Amino acid sequence: MAYSEKVVDHYNNPRNVGSFTKDTPGIGTGLVGAPECGDVMKLQIKVNLETGVIEDAKFKTFGCGSAIASSSLATEWLKGRTIDEAAKIKNTDIVNELKLPPVKIHCSVLAEDAIKAALADYKTKNAETAAR
Amino acid sequence: MAVKFPIFMDAQSTTPVDPRVLEAMLPYFTEKFGHPASRNHPFGWEAEGAVDRARAQIAQLIGARDPKEIVFTSGGTESINLALKGVAEMYREKGNHIVTTVIEQRAGIDVAKRLERQGFEVTYVPVQPDGLVDVAEIEKAITPKTILVSVMFANNEIGTIQDIAAIGKLAKAKGVIFHTDATQAAGKTPIDVEAMGIDLLSCTAHLMYGPKGVGALYVRRKGPRVRIAPLIDGGGHERGMRSGTLPVPLIVGFGKAAEVSREIMADEGARLAKLRDRLQDLILSSVEEAFLNGHPERRLAGNLNISFAYVEGESVLMGLNKETALSSGSACTSSTLEPSYVIAALGASAELAHSSIRFSLHRFNTEEEVELVGTRTIEVVHRLREMSPLWELAKEGVDLKTIQWKGE
Repeated sequence: MAYSEKVVDHYNNPRNVGSFTKDTPGIGTGLVGAPECGDVMKLQIKVNLETGVIEDAKFKTFGCGSAIASSSLATEWLKGRTIDEAAKIKNTDIVNELKLPPVKIHCSVLAEDAIKAALADYKTKNAETAAR
Repeated sequence: MAVKFPIFMDAQSTTPVDPRVLEAMLPYFTEKFGHPASRNHPFGWEAEGAVDRARAQIAQLIGARDPKEIVFTSGGTESINLALKGVAEMYREKGNHIVTTVIEQRAGIDVAKRLERQGFEVTYVPVQPDGLVDVAEIEKAITPKTILVSVMFANNEIGTIQDIAAIGKLAKAKGVIFHTDATQAAGKTPIDVEAMGIDLLSCTAHLMYGPKGVGALYVRRKGPRVRIAPLIDGGGHERGMRSGTLPVPLIVGFGKAAEVSREIMADEGARLAKLRDRLQDLILSSVEEAFLNGHPERRLAGNLNISFAYVEGESVLMGLNKETALSSGSACTSSTLEPSYVIAALGASAELAHSSIRFSLHRFNTEEEVELVGTRTIEVVHRLREMSPLWELAKEGVDLKTIQWKGE
């Protein structure tokens, strides 16, 4: 099985690897997948509390090259979007961009799940902040 | 000497043909093209003579008394099919129970599963954490209905070499036929079907520096005389056990490969074990939480299987594949999308099965290659750990087992 050029590029030069401190205001964290399934993604967004724009995103992934590429691409796409725009990213967009073969579609699904989980976490925490 | 890329260290998937083997084969494609079953002219006699020589070379490699006990097939998979299905059909009246292990290669497992669907009962004996089968477990599994015990000689992933002589002795005492899948072991480690009490033995040429497309099944003729039903009917070649025109050039190559392997086995084994040990030391001394899979001593000389915790196997291979050919037990590298059942059978967590990498060295690997592959592997594992959320959690002191994973 040969990898697409874009998967290889993201694998060799992953964008935005790293972590934010979870409890900082404006940070949303998604941790999805399971070690026994061979895929775990942690995706974090840093949202400007006033504008609702995602200013930065970071990821760490345990998984195959396509899983790494899917999450790397997701962080690229998240930056600069509002949280509402971010929610519109679909796994099929990732499949098309990275030219993932059918056996790797689950990697893109996991990346979409990670985005949703990060957004949900941000909203929950932000609601708490707002309530205070 | 300059290292040539990519470096091949996947010799348990296949091996290159040894130049001595290729040289022996070549005349049999062109001027010596006869059909060994052509009994009435020199072309046939020449081909038959060549096949008989190869039969003797293979018989000698495995300690068979009589070259007639060697039945040529298309490879290891066919040999295993012929052994298991052939015995099952021939001895069905006697019993319907087969004992095998959970770590057989796919052919062994899949044939057993098919036989189960056809009404046979199969006991899959577990292995210990070091990959060894406890012979007492096999003994416990044998019933009056048992017609066959089938245990692989050496494992394709972890290289663990079973106590074949003890299993052969047990099978003999119980009056049960004993088959061993020696596709990985033949030509690498000493085999003596007489001393080890082996009744049926599967092997293949392409894992001992011979060509792809030819294998053999040893079928014992005396004490006891083992009978098997054929899978392929036709001209009655191979004493009725495997019809079909013999691929003479491949068989000649197989014979030569067996001869060369037998002659240099001791030296080659020592050399590969030394290289393998160097690779193992290099990696295990530089990478924390890297675990050796399989038995540390009782294993094939060229085999090294390591699980790198917190990184996924395919991603390791991807980081190396421009320079080095290796294999992994990761689900992402298998056709079934399941992680290695062999590593899982050792009692390791599924995560470690996803993280296993197999290095298998061969006749032509060098010290320089070992140093390079070891160093690059270490770099790739460290790089991937830096981007692994599991590694980060573990470093923070979080026990991964306590996390509620939102798994599929």
